[in-house]
Order: sequence, then C-alpha cells, then structure tokens
Amino acid sequence: MKENDRLKFIGIGVLLVVTVVIVPLMNAFGGEGSIPGVSNFTMNLWGKYLAYALLAVSLNLLWGYTGLLCLGQCLFFSLGAYAFGMHLMLLIGEQGAYKSVLPDFMVFLGYTELPAHWKPFYSFWFATSAVLWVPGLAALIFGFLAFRSRIRGVYFSIMTQAVTYAACLLFYRNDFTFGGNNGFTDFKLILGQPINAAATQRGLFMTSGAMLTLSLVFCWWLLGTKYGKVQQAIRDSENRVLFSGYSTTSYKLFIFVVAAVMAGIAGALYVPQVGIVNPEELQPYKSLEVVVWVAVGGRATLWGPIIGAIFVNSLKSWATYHYPEYWIIILGTLFALCVLFLPGGIASLMPYAKGWIKRGVARFGNRTGALPAAPAE
Amino acid sequence: MDVIAKEITIMDLYATSFTGKSRVKWLSCFLLLLSICEVMVAKANETTRSLLSEAVLEVDEAKRIEVIRKLSETGDDFVAEFFELWKQGEVFIHTDPVTAGRTVVTLADPGLKTPSVASKVSDGKPFTGADGKVLSLVPSDLKAADTSRALRKEMKETTEFLALASPEVKVRLGAAFTIGMMQKKENIPPLERRLEVEEDKGVRKMLREGIALSYLASGTSEESVRALGELAELKSVSGRDVIVTLIRKEEAATTGGKGDGVVLTAAKMALMKIDSYLAVVDTFGTAFRGLSLGSVLLIVALGLAITFGLMGVINMAHGEMIAIGAYTTYLTEKCFTSWFGAGSFGFEVYFLVAIPMAFITASVFGAIMERGIIQFLYKRPLESLLATWGVSLIIQQSFRLIFGASNRQVNSPQWLMGSFEVSDVTLGYNRLFVILFAGLIVLGTWLLMTKTPIGLCIRSVMQNPQMAACMGIRTARVRMLTFAFGSGLAGLAGAFLSQIGNVGPALGQSYIVDSFMVVVAGGAGNLIGTVISALTIGLFDQVLQPFFGPVMGKVSVLIAIIIFLQWRPGGLFPTRSRALD
Repeated sequence: MKENDRLKFIGIGVLLVVTVVIVPLMNAFGGEGSIPGVSNFTMNLWGKYLAYALLAVSLNLLWGYTGLLCLGQCLFFSLGAYAFGMHLMLLIGEQGAYKSVLPDFMVFLGYTELPAHWKPFYSFWFATSAVLWVPGLAALIFGFLAFRSRIRGVYFSIMTQAVTYAACLLFYRNDFTFGGNNGFTDFKLILGQPINAAATQRGLFMTSGAMLTLSLVFCWWLLGTKYGKVQQAIRDSENRVLFSGYSTTSYKLFIFVVAAVMAGIAGALYVPQVGIVNPEELQPYKSLEVVVWVAVGGRATLWGPIIGAIFVNSLKSWATYHYPEYWIIILGTLFALCVLFLPGGIASLMPYAKGWIKRGVARFGNRTGALPAAPAE
Repeated sequence: MDVIAKEITIMDLYATSFTGKSRVKWLSCFLLLLSICEVMVAKANETTRSLLSEAVLEVDEAKRIEVIRKLSETGDDFVAEFFELWKQGEVFIHTDPVTAGRTVVTLADPGLKTPSVASKVSDGKPFTGADGKVLSLVPSDLKAADTSRALRKEMKETTEFLALASPEVKVRLGAAFTIGMMQKKENIPPLERRLEVEEDKGVRKMLREGIALSYLASGTSEESVRALGELAELKSVSGRDVIVTLIRKEEAATTGGKGDGVVLTAAKMALMKIDSYLAVVDTFGTAFRGLSLGSVLLIVALGLAITFGLMGVINMAHGEMIAIGAYTTYLTEKCFTSWFGAGSFGFEVYFLVAIPMAFITASVFGAIMERGIIQFLYKRPLESLLATWGVSLIIQQSFRLIFGASNRQVNSPQWLMGSFEVSDVTLGYNRLFVILFAGLIVLGTWLLMTKTPIGLCIRSVMQNPQMAACMGIRTARVRMLTFAFGSGLAGLAGAFLSQIGNVGPALGQSYIVDSFMVVVAGGAGNLIGTVISALTIGLFDQVLQPFFGPVMGKVSVLIAIIIFLQWRPGGLFPTRSRALD
C-alpha cells in the first residue's frame, strides 16, 4: 500500500469511527462527569452537514472526476427527499392538525382519498427503494437523452439547470400532489420511533456517517478500477477516449445515474434530520451552492467535497446568524475569489500543510537536521 | 419711399373694403346668427325645464314616466344633470302658504342648514316671493321631490338615450351598447333615428347591433331571423351570449312541440358565424401576444447571444445586468418625477433618457466585470460560470441592501399605457412598443456586427484570437468592448422590463433560464437563430398557455426545447466547424 493510500484509508476509518461511534456515544453519555458532551442540537446540525457532504461527494464524482458539471444535482437530492418524505407524511397518520389519515395539505386542498401513487409509500421498504430508483430513473432518462445527442460541457450544465427549474415550477404547484410550496413537514414518526427523540436523531446521524463513509469507499474503489480510469480520461479528453473505441455515452450515463442515486440517498437522510422539504430546494441557486461547496473544498479530490460542504455550511450557519445581510455577499466573494486564485480549492493546500507538518516534526525531532523540502503540487 | 407709399395705398384699400356697408352687413349677419342660436337654446331649455317641472309635480306615476320618456327626445344635457340632483334628493317643492301654488326649486347650497338662494326649475330664474324679493330657503322648510324605483330606472334609461346624442364618441358607444342590451322593442325607433344621423363607424355598428338585439328579444319570428342575420353579418361578439340563450330557449320550445324551427336554424347559423369570427380574432390575439412575449425574450436573450453565443462566456450575472438596467430606469423615473413632477411633459420623456442610461450603466458594469474576472477565465468556461455566479450573488444582495428587498414600482409614461382595438383584437401600446424596440435592437446589433469596423474586429477576434492579434487588433480591448456591448443590451432589456412589471432584486433571475434556453435552441453564435428561436418560443408559450395554464405551459416549453435539442443538438443554426473541441 502506498503512503497516500494508507493516509486515505486511515482518514476514512477515522471518519467512520467518529461519526458512527464517538459522536453518538458522546451525545448519549457525555455532558456528565469527565466525558465531554455533544448536544442534540450540535449533533443534528452536523447530521445535516453529513447529508450535504454526501451530496457534494456525488457532485464531485460527476464534475471532479468525469467533467460533467451538473447544475441540477439538487433535483436528484429533492427527488430522494420527497420520496422519503412521502413515507414520513403517511406515518403522521391521524396525529396531523386535521386528524385525518390523509396528509394535512391534502385535507386542506380538499382531497377525499389518497392518490394512487402515494399508496405504496406506506411501506418503509418501498419508500427506501424509491429513494434509490426515482432519482436513478430520472437521471437515466435525462442522461440518455442528453448524452445520446452529445450535449456536452456548458450546454449540459445549462440543460440540467433548465430541467431543475422546470421541476421546481412543477413542485410549486398544489395540484402536483406534493404539497405545493409548503412541501412536507411536521413529521412525527420514523420506523415506529418518535422522530425528534434524541435516540432517533442519533440513529440518523450514525446512518448519515455510515452512508458518507460508504460513498467515499465506493468512489475510492471506483477510481482505482479501469472503469474509473476511463471515466477520468473522459474528463480530460472525451474525443480521444471516444476514438480509442470506448462508448463514452454509456460510461457517462452510468456515472450520472450513480451520482443521482447518491444524491437521492443524501436527500432521504436530510429530510428526517431537518424535518422539512419544499420546492425551495429545487431552485437553481441551490444546485449552484452545491457546486460552490465542491469548488471551495477542491474538486477531483477525495476529501475536497466533504471539507467544502462542511466549511461553507458552517460559515453559512455562522454568518447568517452574525451578519445575515452580508452572508450572500460573503458567499459570492468567496466563490469568485476561490475560482480566480485557488482553482484547486482548500484541498490543494493539503500538500503544503503536510509539508509544514513534516518540517515542524523534523525541526522538533532533529534540531540540527536539514529540513525536507515541501512537496511540489 | 416709393415702396412705403405703395403699401399705404394697399392698406387703405383694404381698410375701405371693410368700412361702410359691407362691414355692417357682415357684422349684422353674425349677430343675427348668434341671436337665432340663443333663442333656440333658450327655447329648448324652456320646454325641457317646463317638462321637468311637470314631471316633478305630477302625482300619478304612469304619467310621470310618460313625461320623463318625452324628455329623452329633447337632447338636452341639462336633463341628465337635473336627474342626478333629483335622485340625490336635492330638488324641492315649495308650497306657497297663501295660494297653495306649488313651485319646483333648486337651492344653491342644498347641503347646508343655513338659507341659500333658490331658483325656479321652470325657467332657471331666481325664485321670488310675492314681494318680488329673491327668497332664501332652508331644505327643511321644503318638501324634497320624491322618486320611486321605477322612476329612477326610467331616468337612467332616459339619460342613456340622451347620451346617444353626446358629442363624445365613447359616450355614444357606451349608450348604444347599454340600450341594445336592454332588448326592448320600444327602444328601436330612437336607435334607428340616431343611426340615420350617426357618422362614426364604431357607433353605427353598435347601433345596428342594438337594433338587431332589440328585435330579437320581442319581434316576430320573421323579425328575429332578420335580426339574427344582421348579428351574424356584424359578427357581434356582444350578441353571442344572447344568441346562446335564445338557442337554449328555442330548443326547449322545439322539444315541447311549439317552437319555430326557422329561428333555431338561423340562430345556430349566426352563432357559428360569430364563433368562427371569434376563433380568427383569438388566433390573431394569440399571435400578437406570442410575438410580444417573443420580443421580450429576444431583448433579454440578445445580450446573452453576444456574451455566451459569440464569446463563449457563461455569464450567470447576465440577469443582474438586466436588473441594473431596470434599476437605472427606476432611478431616472424618480429623478424626472422630482424635477418635473408626475404627468408633466418632462416626465413623459423620461423613458427616452432612461434607455441610453440603462445601456451605459450596464455596459460599464460589464466592462468592469470583464476586466476584473472574466479575462482570466477564457480558457476555463465552466469556471467562468461559477465566478460570474458569485458576482451575480454580490450584485443581487447589493440591490437588496441599497433599494430594499421589496419590489419597486416604476410608473410608465402615458404613451406606453393604454391600448387600441383593431376588429376586436386588443393591441396594448407597450406590447407594440416592445415589438418595435426588439426590431430596432436586432437591426442595430446586426448593423454593428456586419457593417462597421468594430464589428469586423469583434468577429475576427471571436473566430481566431491569435490571428487577429497578429493582424494588429487589440484582442483584449475588443473582448472587453464586446462583453460591455452584450451587457449593455441586457441593460436595455431591463429598461423595458421595468415598464411591464415591478423592479426587484431577483428580476433578472426569472429570465436567466429562459434566455439561456433561447440562445441554446437558436444555436450559439448566431443572431438570426436567436431571433427565430425567441419568437418561436414566445408564440409556442402563448399557444400552450390556454390549455395548460402558465406554469405547465412553461414546463412544456422547456421539455419541448430539450426534445428539440435531441433532434438538433447544435440548435437551429449550429456553427459549422470541423474542429474538435
């Protein structure tokens, strides 16, 4: 195992242990005595970040490693979120404001019966499978049409944005049976447990951590295979790959569908933790924000999207509280500057950081020894 | 000296021609004419006034109504005024305490409790008592003239008939419409009398419609058939509902076995004719609305066709350039209002000043953006997308901070408001203006690109920057100018959009997806393609909207574009090139 791989392996292991074991334990037993605690609020917030990180990883697979800048990743995210949200809405049952078996918004809109396409969502397993296949199917259809007619580069980006925008308009409609502009909210139960209980949220946090780790391992594995190499070659020069006899269309289509499914999972994890999903998520700027996370964190790197998603979102949480009016300006400036001066994102600073650490260690350990040079990028 | 002397003699001659008999003759003629007119007016007033007085004093309701009906033939404006006073209870009856003679009077100030001067209705002269003094009366001393519902209705109808003779075309049109819609047989003679003297085409048509409708309601079956024929010939849109009701009634009667099949057939024929006419009107209306929506899209997308289509820069801040243009217009409007006041001539021309202002402001911003950010990203188109999105966020939020998050209302000048009708198709002035505006902008852009040296430079730099640089063209400057020009066009779009809606920070955002679709569907780098695709999309949108509603219409247009790109991935007019990317 090369040193780089060993580092990645350790990193992924640490991520898994921290999110699945340490933080939940600290949340459950911390705060009393000597163990430092993690409040429910903090854990819930970080659970949201983990879902966002998963979304960023899915976009990175597309944009960073295949060169397809998708401006509609939030479409798949929302499809997953809505699919799971439908199940949660049905679980509310008669605890809603109108004491009806139907979801509140349907009572409000005068429905007397559950629409047929809602009925299967009573089953948890159907809903969970829908989280995977609904975004996957949407990506398959759109991707097939787009890649078949060789819509590439900028055009692909614009088309994905247009589709997301169209979906956004649809979801805002009341008669689309998905709650109109209020979306889904006010969930009560998940798998028979009260959704806002600390234990349930802990379980969701652990699931998010595990899914994120799983997606990272998958990306890492995929990029090492021949398939992954072809995929990266498509990013660098699609025509050469095409002329070498590879069907770039099917490669791109596969990656597009996989990324969509990952985004769908992220959406399904996001809904129960945040407790609301509405068409706002489908607004074109939301998908662009995801692109910002990846760009700021560093695209085409394993850790970049996760760093970016967590960094930008924590900055957002902080800035929207302290400087609510200037947050958007901060975001815009950050983004423009990052594109201009730090095209590799935060992750491109890593080798320098490593160099500094090494030099520090060397200086500390061997005061007279020569300093190792910082590795070239 | 000679010349002056000559002039004097001519002046003298001129003067003498008016002196003496001839001048007196002219003057007396004029005076005579004037006095005849005066007498006529006075006479008309006299009859009217005495009739009015009679109507008020009459006790019997039926007779009253008769008198009021008679009044409709006087054609006197005073009648309507008087009726208004009467309805408001400001006409009084004065009963003389001694002789018990009753006089109808109006007061100079009926609302006050203090006495005010009274004047007789019968001759309009001040009301004098027995001693010859002008009486000042208080409303409480007098009996207000009473009205009943039937009377008020009669008064209203009489007013309508009087309005038929009004000098204003609009008033006559409205009166003819109302009277026709009453559908009373007794209305036919006055309408016909008016038709004989009426000269305005629109009013004539309305009168004929009114006559036909009146015959339809209470005529024999023969008259009804003739009226239906007339309505069909006139393509009477207002008569359609009446005909539909008639058909329903006739059908019910026919099934009952006592109807007249002839009327029913004629009514169905008439309905068919009117409906087919309406279909034509609808088609033209839709085409017109589609054309104007397409023109809006065209104006919005044209700037993008330059920056994105020609230069290949994905400018996500294009929408904000539009908003800059709109806010510039808003500021110009505010300045002009405070300088000249609303409604003045100065205010009316503000839009003509706002147009160049919007162009200049937006193009300056564009130039700054090109120099500051985009020039470093020509090699990385996807990243220019991201960087410009950052800029768009900054500009948008700055708008919120400066102008507030709420939408701002921009008042349009008078000449952009209102509309006129061409055979039942309503053409709004602002819609007409946008079509004209779009045509001018396209023409201007085309001229700039093909007929000027700077256009030549732009095209050469866009085709092959290295070669252009070798030929001595300053490519950096040309790129900056091109980008500034594209942004300026966006500013023009904003100036126009401010006239058809409110101005808000997110104004541009709502158009950005549409305008990208227009450029992509038209084929990047091609002005004609942009024009055709904008107009087609606008038309398509307007055709689909009645069936799907605005949102679904828009969604189906987006889907249609995606499917269209399956068939022609390069858009309508793809740039032909053998180069691989």
